[in-house]
Amino acid sequence: MTVSLGGSVKDPGSTVKTKTGSWRTFKPEIDNDKCIDCGNCWIFCVEPCISKEDGKYVVDYDYCKGCGVCAHECPVGAIEMVLEEK
Amino acid sequence: MPRGDVLHGSRAVAEAVKLCDVDVIAAYPITPQTHIVEDLAEFVANGELDAEYVLVESEHSAMSACIGASATGVRTFTATSSQGLALMHEMLFIASGMRLPIVMANANRALSAPINIWNDQQDSMSERDCGWIQLYCETNQETLDTTIQAYRISENKKVLLPSMVCLDGFVLTHTIEPLEIPDKDAVNRFLPEFEPAVYLDPDDPMTLGAFATPADYIKFRFEQEKAMRNAIEAIEKADREYKKETGRGYGLMEEYNTKDADIIIVSMGSVVGTIKEVIDQLKGEYNVGLLKIKAFRPLPKERIKEVLKNARVVSVVEKDVSIGLGEGGLFSEIKGILYNLDERPKVLGFIIGLGGRDITQPDIRDIIKLSKKAEKDVVDEVHWIGLR
Ligand code: SF4
Ligand code: SF4
Repeated sequence: MTVSLGGSVKDPGSTVKTKTGSWRTFKPEIDNDKCIDCGNCWIFCVEPCISKEDGKYVVDYDYCKGCGVCAHECPVGAIEMVLEEK
Repeated sequence: MPRGDVLHGSRAVAEAVKLCDVDVIAAYPITPQTHIVEDLAEFVANGELDAEYVLVESEHSAMSACIGASATGVRTFTATSSQGLALMHEMLFIASGMRLPIVMANANRALSAPINIWNDQQDSMSERDCGWIQLYCETNQETLDTTIQAYRISENKKVLLPSMVCLDGFVLTHTIEPLEIPDKDAVNRFLPEFEPAVYLDPDDPMTLGAFATPADYIKFRFEQEKAMRNAIEAIEKADREYKKETGRGYGLMEEYNTKDADIIIVSMGSVVGTIKEVIDQLKGEYNVGLLKIKAFRPLPKERIKEVLKNARVVSVVEKDVSIGLGEGGLFSEIKGILYNLDERPKVLGFIIGLGGRDITQPDIRDIIKLSKKAEKDVVDEVHWIGLR
């Protein structure tokens, strides 16, 4: 983000440019072999930044804030929260 | 033609606001308010001033309304005092962070408890870190002139910060003084119409004061500090041009007998009048001068250092105290400014006039005598004047 006068933002809908993924300390990793396609992570993700692409659940790390709700809600332990080194 | 009149400090502020063609005034009208906003209400009601007058339910709301109005790109004003300023605290940061050139008069008065409505400067001193320009005034004339200048300074494109014009409660607000009200054409020449840099417009929607992550927030604060540094020049420029129109100017600060003075008193607000008087009386007996601080934010540190560095003793006289530090804010800052000099004056702090306690000529004489003693002897660093 550029430093604008008084935090002014001229373009509507620009929130998408703020990559909130920078807040993250732990990163969810989905093990697609363990996944039973219950959809819990997709429902519960608070951002929401989990989507289903080609039958697999994927996380958009630009916006995932690493809260771990998805891992907590996964009934089969298919999501592991991994410490992220930056 | 400028017009001579005899006015309360409060009325002087209202006259200045009227001359500046302010568009929106938001104010809470009850204690600790002064008659500044009463006079303005009268001007609006009788058609002398074409402004929107918003009567709100608290000072927090008064500042919120000014922020909203200013964000749409119009000139705004409010006034408050003591508890009212404290209630605005949260919104003061929002006004300065959004870079809105709001002008506010603060009638300096003591904070409760115990309940006390009289003058001191604890209220605005407590707000020194909120990103507002703070200009302290000595007389009603200076208050009137400073209010007009404040719009020019705040609206300067290199500044865009709100200004607080500080005038001592009762000592100025309720005291009548002869003064000159500038000619409207002169004010128009000095203060062009406000052209906002960014503003909210329904036809071209935008956001102000938006979100900044930890990676960016510090940059916004740094920009504010840069704008404050720019304000030093903006204050001087506005003052020069104001002087061209009216013949009156005040600068960032005023030096009174400071050249080659052994002792320099540093102070701000109306009390400097008493100090000047005592300095004159003691001429020949004590080699003492005065540095009147007008711009406390931005504080012109380098200039202050230049004025004070060759004195033997610097005595800071102020109407506030940081409880727990046991000294006044101005004293701490003056000490800080001088600290890195190889050879520096002794610095003494005098806490005086809290809660409206009179500051008399004998008080000032005692301060000067003690400062003289400090040239040779060890004396306490901080003194509370008037404990009994
Ligand atoms: S960690 Fe939180 S934000 Fe990230 S994918 Fe899981 S639920 Fe969504
Ligand atoms: S919650 Fe676990 S099992 Fe359910 S869809 Fe997500 S990863 Fe698969």
